[in-house]
Amino acid sequence: MATSAEIGTEGTLQIAEHFKPAQGGSRRRFGWTLLIAYLLLAIGGVCMVTPFFWMILTSVKPAPELVNFSFFPENPTLQNYLNVLNTSTFERWYLNSIIVAAISTTSVVFFDTLVGYTLNKFDFPGKNIIFIGMLGTLMIPTEMLIIPWFTMSVNWNWHIGYTQYWGIAFPGVITAAGIFLMRQFFDGVPNELLDAARMDGMNEFGIWWRIAAPLVKPAIAALAIFNFIGNWNAYLWPLILANSREFYTLPVGLSFFRGESTTHWEKIMTAASLASIPLLIVFLVFQRQIIRGIALTGLKG
Amino acid sequence: MRLTLHQRQIIWAYIFMSVALVFFVVIRWYPTILAFNVSFRDWNVFEGSGPWVGLENYQEIWQDAGKPRSSVTAAFSNTVRYVLFGVPSQLVLALAIALLLAQIRRLSAVFRVAYFAPYVTSAVAVAFVWNWLYQPETGLINQGLDLVGLPQQPFTKSPAQALPSITAVAVWQNLGFAVIIFLAGIQQIPGHYYEAARIDGANAWQLFWRITLPLLNPIIVYLTVLGTISYLRLFALVQNMSPQGTGGPLKSTTTVVLEVYREGFSSYKMGYAGALTVLLFFLILLITIIQLRFFSRRVEY
Repeated sequence: MATSAEIGTEGTLQIAEHFKPAQGGSRRRFGWTLLIAYLLLAIGGVCMVTPFFWMILTSVKPAPELVNFSFFPENPTLQNYLNVLNTSTFERWYLNSIIVAAISTTSVVFFDTLVGYTLNKFDFPGKNIIFIGMLGTLMIPTEMLIIPWFTMSVNWNWHIGYTQYWGIAFPGVITAAGIFLMRQFFDGVPNELLDAARMDGMNEFGIWWRIAAPLVKPAIAALAIFNFIGNWNAYLWPLILANSREFYTLPVGLSFFRGESTTHWEKIMTAASLASIPLLIVFLVFQRQIIRGIALTGLKG
Repeated sequence: MRLTLHQRQIIWAYIFMSVALVFFVVIRWYPTILAFNVSFRDWNVFEGSGPWVGLENYQEIWQDAGKPRSSVTAAFSNTVRYVLFGVPSQLVLALAIALLLAQIRRLSAVFRVAYFAPYVTSAVAVAFVWNWLYQPETGLINQGLDLVGLPQQPFTKSPAQALPSITAVAVWQNLGFAVIIFLAGIQQIPGHYYEAARIDGANAWQLFWRITLPLLNPIIVYLTVLGTISYLRLFALVQNMSPQGTGGPLKSTTTVVLEVYREGFSSYKMGYAGALTVLLFFLILLITIIQLRFFSRRVEY
């Protein structure tokens, strides 16, 4: 019997045996609930994915097909993609988004891991104050900081030329949430291991880099993926800081693109596809890690 | 003089923390103080200073709030409405989906991916796809309404429907996150609680109200606080779903952050915008404290 086979320990097996008649009844009911569960989930799932399919379907339709409604394209074409890529600066926006996300993710992975490790494994004067001082910044909404950040950026010329990459990235190069997360994860690294390395004469940086950090690789991977996605999709701050078309990130460029092609939905959907498909592919490839990471960090937080 | 191991550890700790300490002081705490300072000044961002005007910016906001149909009044009342519509529907839907997902084995990963995909997509792209879905005449939803013989709806084009329509999109986008967290929480509840209750003759309804819901309380609090904060900060969706990004039609969708952006970076009334962000900060703080006080009761089994 499938149900009793799933129950592992002997004690519960006996209970299952004891309730055998009732089990038969509940199993039939179980079949029905399962069917309804699948049905409801499927309806919900369709609501979740239809917008994506509709976006992609629209992007491969020639303009006239949008007026004469048909669900699937009659003459699918990639012409919209060629038009959008030829008439806009999309390649540049991709590049900008990649550069900005790469700068902040690299920095976040390095510093959040290092600081989280230090806060977990070291004892030093002022530790609690520093920890509270870092965690306290989580209470401050970034919206409150955009005017000061913009003032500082103007002051230090971070809003012109290539320094704009730094200007867009700097607010997120170290994150309090990431430090907190990594601090939690280093709990699992045994102190004896670190002490043994100390006895062998390894320096503290080497101990962190070669011994402690590799042990929390899954957490680092989760941190890196979330950060990359977050920075890739960041909107308000890049919108404020980037002052010329060539330095827009994808979401900012996309937003301005809409203003230029108001009613050409096939173009707008093509642009939206171009902006979202790369990240959706990244998500599909790493979905297991991303979803597990979300669950893990959510429960730790 | 030789340093003891502990002394050397302290030095290493400060070296490891140094960059992060500078970051949190210069990029987080100093701007926080500056944000309060800006709100008391007639701030000019390009000079990085401005004359002290005391409470004038706040008085101006107060006066604007007294005028009927002013942007500030609309922004605050709309923002509260986004929270009141969005957070409960998001939580109830997410819990329902998570409970269904906990029932099934097969295809579980497929559903999780489908429900989570919008969360990793840029809000700007999401806004455009839904603009197109909501479109009168040619939009997919209105075509569907036609098909089943219902009247077409204006959605984001009408002051009455625009805010609920945008809220629905925000729920659609953020749902997956709450589903994953709920699901992780449900899977953490020990199975023998249910077995014991079933032996005592509890039905599914009682199992849900007496075991699942009370044990999920910390997660419900966490998601309520997090969800509320994200709806209080709504910006990208509204800016890209309202005509010309103004929070229309007739200010019916504008939010506090959108007004900050418009006052600060379109009209360059930085002091006024700064005062708005300070008010937003206190609003978030207040609501978070109330929620934590109100919902946090420990459940021990």
